[in-house]
Amino acid sequence: MLEINCPYCGPRFETEFSYGGEAHIERPKDSENLTDEQWGDYVFMNSNTKGVFLERWVHTSGCRRWFNVARDTVSYQILAVYETGAKPPKLDLRNDV
Amino acid sequence: MVEAYLRQSPLSQLALPSRIAAEHGNTGVTMAERQFRRIVNLRGNPKSEEFTKAVKSVLGADPPLMPNSVNTGKDITLLWLGPDEWWIITDADTAPVADKLREALAGQHAVVTDVGEGYTCIAASGASAADTLAKGCTLDFHDSVFAPGSCAQSDMAKAVVVFHRLEADKPSFEIYVRSSFAEYLWRWIENAAEEYGVAVTQ
Repeated sequence: MLEINCPYCGPRFETEFSYGGEAHIERPKDSENLTDEQWGDYVFMNSNTKGVFLERWVHTSGCRRWFNVARDTVSYQILAVYETGAKPPKLDLRNDV
Repeated sequence: MVEAYLRQSPLSQLALPSRIAAEHGNTGVTMAERQFRRIVNLRGNPKSEEFTKAVKSVLGADPPLMPNSVNTGKDITLLWLGPDEWWIITDADTAPVADKLREALAGQHAVVTDVGEGYTCIAASGASAADTLAKGCTLDFHDSVFAPGSCAQSDMAKAVVVFHRLEADKPSFEIYVRSSFAEYLWRWIENAAEEYGVAVTQ
């Protein structure tokens, strides 16, 4: 079980949260004129990182706010938690993955 | 607002008034329903002076800014739910505040929603109240973590709830739960409290 430090409520168990997939995917600006392939790329083609991954979580049973988490997908260690809209913090990346 | 003559607590099927014990000497947990409370959900920007001024002018209390904290005014309790969200709780016999708030906040980027009819409140107190709740919730209920006079939102036995720990000599919690989960949660807590001895009180 992960313990996630909600930036608003403090540390809570993973069961209170829901997962939102990869963070920092920008919605295409000219969305009316996209091809099916471009839409598919935006909607489905997320990266599957081994190592530090920036992802979105929402504190469903708590404050219901979205925020970003930097998590190592190998060790599951949470390296940073930061607010939506903020830039990801600089992290010491693992060398062995 | 529901017509008074149609009004029924979500726990009415449990016939709690008939179970109120005159004596409950050694029970570890006492439970009660705090029915028909008015709950108003308030959202707005606490950094805007215009907003906080308007709120204070109506409620006589500031919205709490510290996470999981509670402010109280005269006959009124404000719970922190998020960085821009609060609950304003008053008893059934006090005048409603929602309309006054809406008037005071007119033109501002804020919203006032009456949500009280969708919830009821279960009170659980006594020496073993924290142990009982800990059976169904991942929060740490120890005094040093969940201090008296603070609140928290979490899951209790998988139902989404808002806890308010009252400032009292013995552990006292008020648990706000959606009407549709109320009977289930009451039975769950009463069952969990059985080993400590449980009584229904006023």
